[in-house]
Amino acid sequence: MTDELISVVALADTPARMVTAVQNLAAAKDTAAIPTLIAVFGYNNPAAAAVAVAALTELGEKAVPQLIAQIDDYNYGARAYSIRTLAAIADPRAIDVLITAAATDFAPTVRRAAAKGLGKLHWHKLGFAERQTASQQALETLLFISQDSDWSIRYAAVVGLQSLAKIGDLQQPIRDRLKEMLATDAEKAVRARVHLAQSQ
Amino acid sequence: MIEPSGSEYSAENGLHLTPELGFAEGVRDALANLQSSDLSLRYYAAWWLGKFRVSCPEAIDGLIAALEDESDRTELGGYPLRRNAARALGKLGNTKAVPGLIKCLECPDFYVREAAAQSLEMLREKTAVSALIKLLDGGVSQAVQVPGRPHLTQPYEAVVEALGAIGATEAISLIQPFLEHPVPRLQCAAARAMYQLTQDPAYGERLVKMLDNNDLKLRRVALGDLGAIGYLAAAEAIADTKAENSFKLLALKGLLEHQLTDELDAIGVCDHAIRIMNLMDSLL
Repeated sequence: MTDELISVVALADTPARMVTAVQNLAAAKDTAAIPTLIAVFGYNNPAAAAVAVAALTELGEKAVPQLIAQIDDYNYGARAYSIRTLAAIADPRAIDVLITAAATDFAPTVRRAAAKGLGKLHWHKLGFAERQTASQQALETLLFISQDSDWSIRYAAVVGLQSLAKIGDLQQPIRDRLKEMLATDAEKAVRARVHLAQSQ
Repeated sequence: MIEPSGSEYSAENGLHLTPELGFAEGVRDALANLQSSDLSLRYYAAWWLGKFRVSCPEAIDGLIAALEDESDRTELGGYPLRRNAARALGKLGNTKAVPGLIKCLECPDFYVREAAAQSLEMLREKTAVSALIKLLDGGVSQAVQVPGRPHLTQPYEAVVEALGAIGATEAISLIQPFLEHPVPRLQCAAARAMYQLTQDPAYGERLVKMLDNNDLKLRRVALGDLGAIGYLAAAEAIADTKAENSFKLLALKGLLEHQLTDELDAIGVCDHAIRIMNLMDSLL
């Protein structure tokens, strides 16, 4: 059954047929569909990709290993969908991928998605020691990119930091950094977002 | 038309020189290169000074002098160095450049006139209004394609946008007819300017409608225009339109900035601003 739905995706010859085929495949909610759904990210069809993101997010943890393994290093559009999906599932196994994407990707759209995701991973799924190391790494990455020259990256860093401040140990450095950004950031829009983060 | 800068690529990537690495040397070289006998070095230097906002007096004077350059010419009679100098001067924010830029509005090279109009827009230069209005002579009926060239007789988009940004209310009756010009980008520019000059939401709604256009490039133009005028009622339509998130974020940033007072701390952030930021968060 799923095999058939997969072959329909492969044969879709118009953007509209592709969207329908991906919708049908998504409705099967079958883990066998995971590689095909990830491949859809590379088809330059935003509507189909949105359906695939939603379907993979719903499959959740089961999709994480393949999402990590199949990240497309040569197509930043596809990569952004993978990162967005991993951020939405929030499985902490994605932390290394998110850190690399946030800190070193050349595409702002990938970096912003990773920054947002780094703030709200499901830390409770990790053991105590692991949780401390991982959340500290996320903090360091977000503090680092909060100094980026691109305003939209700094904006996303603030969003990430705001979520991360739910972890008690990290509150003080986050508060300090936000205060500093409010005083020094050149962009009014970024300062406004800091203000909102501080009020929550 | 000023292209929205919502590029998916960081502008910082792929540069020969960065502010961090040898910036002082870069400035020195650029200033020297502006006088170089190698025309391509001059052309690059003018761009570089604008890109890195080098606003020292030597840069300003060098660029103003370059507005009258005669040596760098294209086969079609264009002035590449003048174009780059005019573009750079808009970014440097020094009104000393204004008389030279106004003079450029009469340059035979279309792209020099366009760059000068865009820079005068950035400088918000009231004294340029009459020279800008002159480029609208003949109205819509004269605003036709130049045979064999990819542009109209005048840089109407840039001129109309400049008049809107400068607040030239005396130009309203001249700009209004361009709402019906056959070129959709020019319609956008006219709607943008009319909104700025009248604050009538009907003009903002024209741009919102453009977000449904089948042409992605036009949707991007409309996003840029809505951001520039800060039309709050467009927020949700901006977030929903089919375009790259970078363009939507830039447009929403424009809306957000229109909602913010200079002193954030004093009053805090209003509900409209929070609504816009929630939309921006969802686009990360």
